[in-house]
Amino acid sequence: MIGSRPRSDDWLFRVGTGIFAVLVIGVVSAIALELYRESRLSLHEFGWRFWQTDVWDPVAGEFGARPFIWGTLYSSVLALLIATPIALGIAVCISELAPRPLQRPLVFLTELLAAIPSIVYGLWGIFVLVPLVRQLEVHTPDWLRALPLFKGPPVGVGMLSAAIILSIMVIPFTSSIAREVLRAVPQSQREGAYALGATRWEAIRMALFYARTGIIGAVMLGFGRALGETMAVTMVIGNTPQISLSLFAPQYTMAAVIANEFAEAAADLYLHALVEIGLVLFVITLVINVISRAFIWSLGRPARARRTRTAAAPALESA
Amino acid sequence: MRDLRRRLVSHVIMMLCVLSVALALIPLALVLFYVVSRGISSLSWTFFTRMPAPVGEPGGGMANAIVGSLLVTGIGALFAIPVGVLAGIYAAEHRGTRLASAVRFAADTLNGVPSIVIGVFAYSVAVLPFQRFSAVAGGLALGIMMLPLVTRTAEELLLLVPASLREGALALGATRARAVFTVVVPAALPGILTGVLLALARVAGETAPLLFTAFNNRFFTTDVRQPVSTLTVQIYTYAISPYEDWHRQAWAGALVLVALVLTCSLLARVVTARMERMRVG
Repeated sequence: MIGSRPRSDDWLFRVGTGIFAVLVIGVVSAIALELYRESRLSLHEFGWRFWQTDVWDPVAGEFGARPFIWGTLYSSVLALLIATPIALGIAVCISELAPRPLQRPLVFLTELLAAIPSIVYGLWGIFVLVPLVRQLEVHTPDWLRALPLFKGPPVGVGMLSAAIILSIMVIPFTSSIAREVLRAVPQSQREGAYALGATRWEAIRMALFYARTGIIGAVMLGFGRALGETMAVTMVIGNTPQISLSLFAPQYTMAAVIANEFAEAAADLYLHALVEIGLVLFVITLVINVISRAFIWSLGRPARARRTRTAAAPALESA
Repeated sequence: MRDLRRRLVSHVIMMLCVLSVALALIPLALVLFYVVSRGISSLSWTFFTRMPAPVGEPGGGMANAIVGSLLVTGIGALFAIPVGVLAGIYAAEHRGTRLASAVRFAADTLNGVPSIVIGVFAYSVAVLPFQRFSAVAGGLALGIMMLPLVTRTAEELLLLVPASLREGALALGATRARAVFTVVVPAALPGILTGVLLALARVAGETAPLLFTAFNNRFFTTDVRQPVSTLTVQIYTYAISPYEDWHRQAWAGALVLVALVLTCSLLARVVTARMERMRVG
């Protein structure tokens, strides 16, 4: 076995590279510590009240962050509602339906969606998407506009534009993980379903069900992306701190308020309040990422053990 | 009858799946179309060589921002590449140890941290103590963003190197370090370079972490202790301005950025394809 005889050289190698390994871990811990250190004024001053009040008035020294957390969660949930079915459709299409020569180009194109920088989506959002959304809002019939979901003047910038642009940006992440997860489903699962007389959709539904934890993980990973997305959202959401159900209303997100106000936050308390928003964003995305990765990993291990037991029987019968 | 319905449902859903691909490709096509069509008309040689023009004066370019982007991304790479590659080597060579799993976990975690939060961190460690925005602070933010990508790519590609290569080197009496640095790493090098290239392309398009680290600068500078203008922040400033001329500049900037990112992705794809063929052949 390699390295069974310890030498001084081995030791040096281990420590030399190990330092850098520790450094990577150190960076993550340093981020957490530093965010806490730079937000403690606000943490102590406001406590939980910070997240329960709505008035954000830096001049008067009033900091209530509820509208931001609302805007972040609402926009991300809406984006997921749009992106998840499309992303799963893409994953199924690429891994199950598309003929082989088409698979690679399709993968490349969807990955291109992820490669386009956020600022470019934002620019496109301001000058192309927002006018389109405004037209849509202007032509919404009055009886629909009476609903709380569509209240407010048709300005174009607002929750709907943000959700659309977010969903475009999330689709490639969710679909590429879902694709990987579907690929991990043993072929015999599908063969078994076909052998029992399943239609194509029924066989794919089997595969999706088999891979369900991984699929949930893929969707959550997309959610984590959406929560932290900054530039494109900042440019189209309207940057107005208010809590509203309306898709047409301009709102605000946690990332957007940091992007807009951080450079000019002169007062210590103001700065600490903004860092606290960052800290909470960090913690939320961290938790979501860890859980989603656990979901995706959990699929990898039992899949191999289960294959022989359940899937092989129908496959053998069909032979 | 029931069979017919089941088959019909199946066909409809399969059609919906194909439709969803189309739905995702429409925005891609639209974004690329607008970036190219609007960008190309305002893109000229002066865009790369001139400084920004004041409001109302047509023309001008983003020479300072392009140099600034290179500077900041370069500083980031200087930090991320050695740390990332060496940490990746550790994780690959000591697979199964607790530290290796911890590195993998930390890198994945870091990869999920929103870029704006990394900006806040870079601000508090590299701007606040010196009371000055600087290219170094921006570079630090971008370096932290590159770090997980470089680490994970290095680790994964080192693991792909056939064990026989390493065993051969060890059998010839090489020490572990020597085997890794003269045999295993060179074998994985094209792949690692690809990963680095992709990481560079990704962070070159980042805006959020630069807003309050590298900040902005109307003038040309290569002093890393000074605030510096970058392509992405400049696009942002121009995009939210009310001036028609500036909007055109923003589109031109977006075109340059997208061209850069696409070139890197395509290049990476070609290298990866070639590597795969080598492994099969």
